[in-house]
Amino acid sequence: MKIKNNIAISENGFVFNPASGESFTTNQVGLEMLNLLRKGTDKEIIIADLTEKYDADAGVIERDFNDFSEMLKQYHIHQHEES
Amino acid sequence: MKNPKPQLTIAVTGLNAIDSPGPGVAVIRALREAESFDCRIIGLAYESLEPGIYMHDIVEKTYHIPYPTAGTETLLNRLKFIQEKEKIDVVIPNFDAELYSFIKLKTALEQIGIRSFLPTMDQFEERQKINLPEFGKTYGINVPKSKAIYTPADIGKLESDYNWPLVIKGKYYDATLAYTRDQAVSAYHKISAKWGLPIIVQQFVHGTEYNVAGLGDGAGNTIAAVPMRKQYITDKGKAWGGISITDDKALALTKHFLETTKWRGAFELELMKDKAGEYFLLEINPRIPAWIYLAVGVGQNIPEALTRLALGMPTSPFTTYEAGKMFIRYAWDMIVNLSEFEQISTTGEL
Repeated sequence: MKIKNNIAISENGFVFNPASGESFTTNQVGLEMLNLLRKGTDKEIIIADLTEKYDADAGVIERDFNDFSEMLKQYHIHQHEES
Repeated sequence: MKNPKPQLTIAVTGLNAIDSPGPGVAVIRALREAESFDCRIIGLAYESLEPGIYMHDIVEKTYHIPYPTAGTETLLNRLKFIQEKEKIDVVIPNFDAELYSFIKLKTALEQIGIRSFLPTMDQFEERQKINLPEFGKTYGINVPKSKAIYTPADIGKLESDYNWPLVIKGKYYDATLAYTRDQAVSAYHKISAKWGLPIIVQQFVHGTEYNVAGLGDGAGNTIAAVPMRKQYITDKGKAWGGISITDDKALALTKHFLETTKWRGAFELELMKDKAGEYFLLEINPRIPAWIYLAVGVGQNIPEALTRLALGMPTSPFTTYEAGKMFIRYAWDMIVNLSEFEQISTTGEL
């Protein structure tokens, strides 16, 4: 999944979509996921990174990542695969 | 030595500021910030309680003008009187209901030195709410299904072709969402008592509302266009807060509107984006909207550009603006001496 290029993400986790005018806030983990997605990092690497950083269960991180990805799709933050 | 900026005298209407405020004060703020000219502002007011009359730091002098119902001849005579004293260069009317008169008087006003930059009478008429379905067909723009009705009994006749809820709209202003026939009939009576007939019944489109403020040069070119998403909406559906956005589809639709209609002057497009991402044009307001100061704040001073076009000055199209800037409206209580109210009420000038 890729994040649209025009999405503005502040260092505090404030996310603004300039195309729709919608804004959201995310927590620290969400912010890290967003920043990694924006860099084009693969899902597996993101999960491995966060599992190590937070000393958490990889299954839990993967579930959170999937939930978060769904939310990004709902809010049209993600880039369509074809674009 | 640099050439001094031209000094212009500009007359502006719409100085009222209720919960559905007139654009006048915002237009004046924009004109005051114009980089290419300095200006002296003459307010034109219909009522003695329009707050702009008393804002002496932004309006130099205000005159009462007659309501449109008094006829264009009465308005022209009043403007001739004002012109003798003030030497107005440009007039910017800001109410839908007065535009007919100002468009009709265009040549007569030019003859006494007052320029304007308004849509043609044909453009003004064809975008009327009552003509919107035909307008959509002519220019290939999606508009929600709507019908003008002259009796409340017509609402029942529409039920087979329309789905509830419906938007019940006045000819010029006011719109109410009705979920049942009773609500629709009640809205019909309330709005028609205020604004007359017909009443327009429009299919409600579920989605997110966007507005575009812009300016066309009359030759099909886009001089300015700023889309905004309403963030805080009053019970009258007016934006009390909004944010500039970069919506390519909304901008493309605006460009198409200007290219095909050759719109002349300022305008506001009211758009609804449904869940499928499709845009519907709900209304075209043939004037500057009240939230115009946001456009100035993001880099497109539309009132300045409009004034330049009115005077035939070369005016380049704006090509950029800043997305993600917000406007938040507020109300401000002024303390006014009774003597000022007395003066505008009795002499028609302040």
